[in-house]
Amino acid sequence: MSHWPLLSILIWLPILGGAAVLALGNNRAGAARWLALAIALASLALSVPLFTGFDYAEAGMQFLEQKAWIPAYDIQYHLGVDGISVALIGLTTLVTALVLIGAWSSIDKRVSQYYAAFLFLEGLMIGVFSALDSILFYVFFEGMLIPMFIIIGVWGGPRRVYASVKFFLYTFLGSVFMLVGLIYMYLKGGSWQLADLYALQLSAAEQTWLFFAFLIAFAVKVPMFPVHTWLPDAHVEAPTGGSVILAAIMLKIGGYGFLRFSLPIVPDAGQEWAWLVIALSLIAVIYVGLVALVQDDMKKLIAYSSISHMGFVTLGTFIAFGLVRDYANVDAARLGLQGAMVQMISHGFISAAMFSCVGVLYDRMHSRMIKDYGGVANVMPWFAALFVLFAMANSGLPGTSGFVGEFMVILASFQKHPMLAFAAATTLITGAAYTLWLIKRVVYGEIGNAHVAELEDLNPREALVLGTYAVGVLLIGLWPKPLTDLMEPSIAQLAAQLAATKLTGL
Amino acid sequence: MTLPIPPAVELLPLTPELVLVGATFALLMLDLFVDESRRAITHLAAIVILLVTAGLIVAGVGGQGVVLNGMFIRDDAADVMKIAICVISAMSLCYAWSYLRDRGLYKGEVPVLMLFAVSGMMLLVSSGSLVMVYLGLEMLALSSYALVAVDRDGPVASEAAIKYFVLGSLASGILLYGLSLIYGATGTLDLAQIRAVADVSSNPDLMLTGMVFVVAGIAFKFGAVPFHMWLPDVYHGAPTPITIFIGAAPKLATFGMAYRLLEGGLGPLDARWQLLIAGLAALSLVIGNLVALAQSNLKRMLAYSTISHVGFLFLGLAGGGAQGYAAALFYAISYAIMSAAAFGAIVVLSNRGFEADGIDDFKGLNARSPWMAGLVLCVMASLAGVPPFLGFWAKLAVLRAALNGDLMWLAIVGIVSAVIGAFYYLRVIKAMYFDEPVGEGPIPRADRPLRAVFGVNALALLALGLFWNPLMAWCQQAFA
Repeated sequence: MSHWPLLSILIWLPILGGAAVLALGNNRAGAARWLALAIALASLALSVPLFTGFDYAEAGMQFLEQKAWIPAYDIQYHLGVDGISVALIGLTTLVTALVLIGAWSSIDKRVSQYYAAFLFLEGLMIGVFSALDSILFYVFFEGMLIPMFIIIGVWGGPRRVYASVKFFLYTFLGSVFMLVGLIYMYLKGGSWQLADLYALQLSAAEQTWLFFAFLIAFAVKVPMFPVHTWLPDAHVEAPTGGSVILAAIMLKIGGYGFLRFSLPIVPDAGQEWAWLVIALSLIAVIYVGLVALVQDDMKKLIAYSSISHMGFVTLGTFIAFGLVRDYANVDAARLGLQGAMVQMISHGFISAAMFSCVGVLYDRMHSRMIKDYGGVANVMPWFAALFVLFAMANSGLPGTSGFVGEFMVILASFQKHPMLAFAAATTLITGAAYTLWLIKRVVYGEIGNAHVAELEDLNPREALVLGTYAVGVLLIGLWPKPLTDLMEPSIAQLAAQLAATKLTGL
Repeated sequence: MTLPIPPAVELLPLTPELVLVGATFALLMLDLFVDESRRAITHLAAIVILLVTAGLIVAGVGGQGVVLNGMFIRDDAADVMKIAICVISAMSLCYAWSYLRDRGLYKGEVPVLMLFAVSGMMLLVSSGSLVMVYLGLEMLALSSYALVAVDRDGPVASEAAIKYFVLGSLASGILLYGLSLIYGATGTLDLAQIRAVADVSSNPDLMLTGMVFVVAGIAFKFGAVPFHMWLPDVYHGAPTPITIFIGAAPKLATFGMAYRLLEGGLGPLDARWQLLIAGLAALSLVIGNLVALAQSNLKRMLAYSTISHVGFLFLGLAGGGAQGYAAALFYAISYAIMSAAAFGAIVVLSNRGFEADGIDDFKGLNARSPWMAGLVLCVMASLAGVPPFLGFWAKLAVLRAALNGDLMWLAIVGIVSAVIGAFYYLRVIKAMYFDEPVGEGPIPRADRPLRAVFGVNALALLALGLFWNPLMAWCQQAFA
């Protein structure tokens, strides 16, 4: 166990660093870029000891830090990570560094504010993944709203105001219900600590109310059908970096919330209402997948595909209930949860890569419309190769990370009911259809117009960003074992928590 | 028969009030001999007087106790509220100088009237009898009417002052009527004695009628729906620094009055008045937030937002209990700091002959002054209740109080209206960050002290938001 408060450093270095970048002012763009990059790389480097110092056999929380924060209200500054959060923190630091590199020349308006906002977000997201006090979690969770609101609204596209306000209000509305639920549990149990909430006995009616409070909060964040409508707007209008962070990490917070809150705190209500979440997930997978098919805006297409892929996360998470409780099939439940987690990490890489690819094109052409492109492969062969790779991963080709998570979830669903697996598996067709059709129209064929003919291939900076994503996608696809080993003990513990009813003690 | 002159030792707990009132009279005299160009002396002296008074209370000079035949109570609750009232009033006075000076409105009466208002507030939160409540209230109210009318040639300000006076008097009348009914039902003016007989009164109908009128009077003074009509006009019409003053500390004093009357006097009837307060809270939350959505004038928008914040404060009162009062007091203090900063932003951006009170006047502020825009962002986020700013914790505290009082429905109304409310605060942020400046755009005054006050005020929302334990522990101690 390290003596350094590693998690605190990981949280506060980007936040204080962001303040320093902000203090440089908008006139010193170069200095702001370098300082921000240095801070992001330092965070990335600091997340390495998190992996090396992590005890892979231990299911509980590690790197613990606990201090009284607000004794008057029993709120504690309590941090710790398990295998699930370590993986997500690693993703956060990596993607943030790549986003800052990617924005190097494409952002030239209010540079220091742009970089500072991303550093704030990085710190807050790491805080979300490591908070063990529910109010501390909520503070990080809500604190992200303002920087993201500013990112979408200041550097976004033409309808940015509408999109940013919609993003803010949807997420705000979702989370306030969770706040009431947390206060309720505090009044009942006298603690905000997650560990105490896990042990709190709750009646069936209470669990149902709390379940829906959590569901609203996290369903908006994931986002699940039918509260997904903010996402396409936010994605389309956000600058490339904003879209990448939104898709790669912020959506994961919804899935993470289900694992951290809904499953262990209200397991009986989860069992009761799992059918609802499974149904909504399948609608997301199938229906939203079909919606993606008809988009003519590349970013919108990828946004809908994100919703569809996140459907697998919620499906894998909630399928576990039926497997554990009705069939006593713990192995399959663990497979489902494991699949959900792998899908989160994998989608983090794939969606980040896809949005970065669109960003590369947008920087050159200032258009996101599919019809403005065509035959890009002829002038940008390297770019085309990488884009096709990511597209394959997005449609779930074996050998890429997209396959692993989806396959695990489908396998787990099969244990519950073959029809569920069948319905989920249709994504392999629709996903392939909309992604490959996108590729066909944008990358292949004749050169669409004169502007496309003048495109230049990737510069070294873009190649570095996309290349890193490509390595991640292939690594998880070909050799997912390190990732699953990292999460295995925590997942096993979670499955045990699902199995234990909270009603007997009453 | 000789007059019952209290022994000097009885007056000891009143030392801070006596010092304040004495100093105020001295200041009134002093100002007569101060040249117009040296008015800053009066201004600074008034701030020093307020801080000294606060210091006397902090130091515990005079000691606590119930004196003057139970008329005057000095306990932890009174001390905490008085310190907060003095400090917040001193802060609002800081905003007044250059703004009123530019417009030729900074007469010697302004700080003196403010000090008298503060004396009234201090008596109000210490009152132990119905007479004292009314005395303190009128002292506060009359000074406030005159302050709003300080711009006597401005048509909007005059209209606001008249409205404030007429409706304020009506409110006082309603309250007084309620007090007289309670006196009739119990036969005593002493709040402690009223409490002892409140639920065994020989005439419960009279008692309840009195209670309803008292609650209505309190709601009128707070500006809770449906007794809110005066508030937007007065907040909008008064010169902005005066709005800061009457919007900040008097909320605390009114809370103190509500605490003394409802808990101190009508405590045994709490199940009944809590229901009334809960109803008023729900109406204020919904109507305040919905009407605020439609405002394009920032001062009016903030006025309607005040109404919704009063609704939140009532959540704490309706929840009841020591935690509920602590939460409501915490909310009142937080709101006073936030509203001072929000109106303070208008003061900082207004220049001679130009009033930056439209939301459009904030367009493109980020391009002109990123620092200023960042501070206003903090203020708006805090008002909207986004963590980690102070406004969020205040909402957390009152929501907890409401849930503790089994008022789940009210908590739900609160959070849903908070989301609605977030929208109009976002409009200000949107104007500052997303829009381009119009014409020369908003230019903050080159007035270093004023900008420093605003900076401290806005950053306090962040600092107190990260470390709010001392403030909350202090509020809890008041009602322990």
